[in-house]
Amino acid sequence: MRHARLFALLLLLATPALVLADTHERQLANGLRIIVKEDRRAPTVAHMVWYRAGSMDETNGSTGVAHVLEHLMFKGTPSAGPGEFNRRVAAAGGRDNAFTSRDYTAYFQQVPKEKLSEMMHLEADRMRHLTLDPAEFAQEVRVVMEERRLRTDDQPQSLLFEQLNAVAFQVHPYRVPVIGWMNDLENMTVSDARAWYEQWYTPNNAYVVVVGDVDHQKVFELAEEHYGALPARALPLRKPQEEPVQVGTRRLTVKAPADLPVVLMAYKVPVIRNVDQDSDPYALEMLAAVLAGHEAARFTRHLVREQRLAVNAAASYDSTARGPGIFHLYGSPSEGRTRAEVEAGLRAEIAAVQEQGVAPDELARAKAQLIAGQIYKLDSMFAQAMEIGQLESAGIPHTMNRRMIDKLQAVTAEQIQAVVRKYFGDEQLTVAELDPQPLPPAPRPRSPLASRH
Amino acid sequence: MNPFKLLFGLCLALVATGIHAAPKIESWQTTSGARVLFVENHTLPIVDVQVDFAAGTAHEAEGESGVAALTRSLLDLGVRGLDETQIASRMADLGAQLSGGTDHDRASLRLRTLSMADKRGPAFDLLRAILSSPTFPGEVFERERARAVAGLKESLTRPDALASQAFWAAMYPGHPYGRQATPESLQTLVRADVLAFHAASYRASRATLSIVGDLSRAQAASLAEDLTTALPSGSASASIDVPQLPAAGEQRIAHPAAQAHLLLGLPALQRGDPDFFPLAVGNYTLGGGGFVSRLMKEVRDQRGLAYSVYSYFMPLQQLGPFQIGLQTKKAQAGDALKVSREVLASFLAQGPSEAELAAAKQNLIGSFPLRLDSNRKILEHVAMIGFYGLPLDYLDHYPENIERVTVAEVRAAFARHVRPEHLVIVVVGGE
Repeated sequence: MRHARLFALLLLLATPALVLADTHERQLANGLRIIVKEDRRAPTVAHMVWYRAGSMDETNGSTGVAHVLEHLMFKGTPSAGPGEFNRRVAAAGGRDNAFTSRDYTAYFQQVPKEKLSEMMHLEADRMRHLTLDPAEFAQEVRVVMEERRLRTDDQPQSLLFEQLNAVAFQVHPYRVPVIGWMNDLENMTVSDARAWYEQWYTPNNAYVVVVGDVDHQKVFELAEEHYGALPARALPLRKPQEEPVQVGTRRLTVKAPADLPVVLMAYKVPVIRNVDQDSDPYALEMLAAVLAGHEAARFTRHLVREQRLAVNAAASYDSTARGPGIFHLYGSPSEGRTRAEVEAGLRAEIAAVQEQGVAPDELARAKAQLIAGQIYKLDSMFAQAMEIGQLESAGIPHTMNRRMIDKLQAVTAEQIQAVVRKYFGDEQLTVAELDPQPLPPAPRPRSPLASRH
Repeated sequence: MNPFKLLFGLCLALVATGIHAAPKIESWQTTSGARVLFVENHTLPIVDVQVDFAAGTAHEAEGESGVAALTRSLLDLGVRGLDETQIASRMADLGAQLSGGTDHDRASLRLRTLSMADKRGPAFDLLRAILSSPTFPGEVFERERARAVAGLKESLTRPDALASQAFWAAMYPGHPYGRQATPESLQTLVRADVLAFHAASYRASRATLSIVGDLSRAQAASLAEDLTTALPSGSASASIDVPQLPAAGEQRIAHPAAQAHLLLGLPALQRGDPDFFPLAVGNYTLGGGGFVSRLMKEVRDQRGLAYSVYSYFMPLQQLGPFQIGLQTKKAQAGDALKVSREVLASFLAQGPSEAELAAAKQNLIGSFPLRLDSNRKILEHVAMIGFYGLPLDYLDHYPENIERVTVAEVRAAFARHVRPEHLVIVVVGGE
C-alpha cells in the first residue's frame, strides 16, 4: 500500500505540537535572510531574490521607478555587461525574469540544480554593483513606456482598475499604478533610478528563496560565499501614509474603446496584520470563495446562469499585503441589461449574505477547494517559492502558512455573515464603471491582400 | 481520508523517488479504440487526466464557425441525471478541477484530482458522465451562445484580437485554419449543430487519453476503459485538408490604440516533421530565446521599439504557422516592421553563427529538465505526443536530436519552411 507511509505520518501529525519543518532559514551577518525548501522531485531549482521595495515606496513625480529599476537590473555591472545576465542564465539552461508589485520587487531564475551557485553569483553582483549607464537608461525607459501602452493604455479594464485605485485611495500610495504615470516615465532620469537603487537594494532589505533539489546546508554555504560580503546599509524611514477613513460612496466612469460594459465595486476591508489575533481577513477569504470560487458559486450560479443578468461576475480579495485591503466585486451585463442592473445584482448578493448568511455546504465546499489547492501547489516549485516570497513581502513569516490555513479552516458561517455586515456598507465603497466607446467607423478592409514588392 | 491532514504529511513524504528527466510513457488502446498514454508517478497524491478529441475548429463545417468551442464549453454543463450546478458543486466538493479548451486541431478536457480513493473515484465518475452522457440543455445552449457572442464582440474591439483574426485569415485563405467565428456565425448556430458536431467528433477513434500521476498501471487501464466505454467507436475521418501557401502581402487595419500590433508569418510546419529540430534551434536565435534572441536585441535592446517581440513555430496537424509579433507606438510601426523584416531576411540568408548555434543548443538541452519538472508539464508533453502520434521515446531522444543540428541544417530547414514569397504581414493601428 503505497500510502501506508502517509497514513502513518497522519497519525503523527494529529499531534498539534508537531510543527511542520518544511523550510530552513538562516540570516547572514549583513541581514540577508535565506529561506530554503527542499523538493527533490526533479533536478531543478528555483532561486529568487525579493526586495522589500515596490511602487508603494515611491514618491510623487517619480512613480514607476521601482519597475524601471527592475528593467535596469538586466543592463549590466562592471563585471557582467548589458545583456550578460540573461545570456548567462540562458547558457545555464535556465529561465529568468522579474516582477514588480506595489509591495516588492523580485527576481528569479529556474535552472538545473548544479547552476545555483552561478545564479547566486550573478544576483549578488547586481545587488551592489549595478552600472546604471545613462544611455541604457534612456533606451530602456522607452521600452517601459511601450509596456505601459501595451498593458494599460490600450487595455480598457486595466485603465478601469488604475482609475479605481486612484479614486479609492487619496493618500496611501496604493493610489499609484505600479508601472507609473506616463508623464513621470517621460520625465524620469537615470538619477531617479540610481537614488532608488542606492536606497533599497541592500542585503538587509532583501531575502532569498530557494526551492528545489538542494541540500539546505549547502545552500546556506553558497549564500554566505556569494552574498556574505555585501555590506548592510541603513534603510530610509518608511512613513505609513495611512488612508483617512472614507465617508461616502465614490463613483467614477472610464470611457474607452470596447464593447462590453464593466462594473467594478471596491470595498475597503482589513488584511492580516497579526496571523494569530486577526480573524476578519480569514472570513473575507472564505466569503470570496463562497461568492465566486468555482462555477457553481453564488455569482456565476445566480447572476450569470439563473438570472442571466451578467455574462460574467467575480469577486476577489487578497488577505496579505503591506498596504490596505480591498474586496472587489466585478461584473459585465448581458446583452440588453445595464451596468446599473449588474450593480444592483451584485449588491443583492451581498445583501443576501448579510441577511441570511451562507449555507454549511457552501462553506465546506470552499474549504475542500482550499485544501486541495494547497496540495496542487506542491506540483510546482515556482508556486511554492512564490508563496513563501509573497507572505514574507507582506511581513508575515512564511512559517505561519500552516496557522493561516488552520484559521481559514476554522471560519464559521456566522463569521462570514458578520464581516459582510461590518464592511460592506456604502460609506467604504468605490464604484468604477467602464463605459464602452465604439471604434471609429473606419471600415476594416476585407479586400484581398495588396501585393508587395 | 482528510486531505487537510494529508497535506502536512506530504512535505515529509516528498523525499520519495524523483521524477526522471524523461518519464517512461506506457501506451495501449482501449476496447473502444481510444489511445491511452500513461506516466506512473507517486510523488504526489494527485492524478491528472487529459482527454483530447480531434474536435478543434479545423473540424467545423463551413458556415458553422464557433461550433467546436461551443460544443466543448457545453460538455460539462449538463449530463444525464445532473445539471450544471450539481456537476460544478460536486467537483468543488471533491477539490477536483476541470479545465480544458479548444484549439485548431483539438478539443480538450482536463481533470486534476486528489488520488485518495474517496476523492478520485467520484471525480472520475463525473468525468465519465461528461464524456458519455452530455445533455446539451437547450436553455444552457442559448445562454452560452449569447455569452460567446458577447465575448467575441468585446475581443474584436482589441487590436491584438483583430490582428490575430486577420493574420490567420490571410495565411489560410479558403482553409479551415483560416476560418474563424464571427458574432454573426455564432448567432446562426442552433443546438442541433452542437449535437451533430459532438456525435461526429467525440468518438473513441478520435480520442487520446493521457494520464499522469498516482495510479498503478492496472488502475490506469481500468480508468481508461471506464472513461471511454460509452464513446461511439467506428472510424470517423479526422483528416484536415492540406493548406495552400498564400501569396506574400500586407494588410493594414485602422485602430485608435496607442500601439500598432504587427504580425508577420506563414503556414510553415507540421507536427512530426523532422525539420522541427533545426527549426527549433534556429528560432531560438531568431526570436524564441527570450531576452537573448536577435529580434529582442535589435527591436527592444538596441532601439527601444517594443516591450515584447518574439518569433515561434506552432506545429499543427497540417502546416501550422511561423509567426513574428510585436507591438509599438503608432509612429514607430514602420520602423519596427522594417527592422523585423531585416532581422528575418538576414537570418534566412546566413542562419545562426556557430556561437549562436552553440548557445541555442546549450539552453535547449540544459533547460530540458525544467520542461518536465512537474506533473502538469509532463501531462502537456504526453498529451501532445499522444494526440499527434509522435514516438513514445520522443522525449528520450529530444536532447540528442537538438545536439546534432548544424548551421547548414538550420539554414536549409528555414529555406524550406519560411519562404518570403509567402510571408503575410498584418498591421493593426499605426499611422
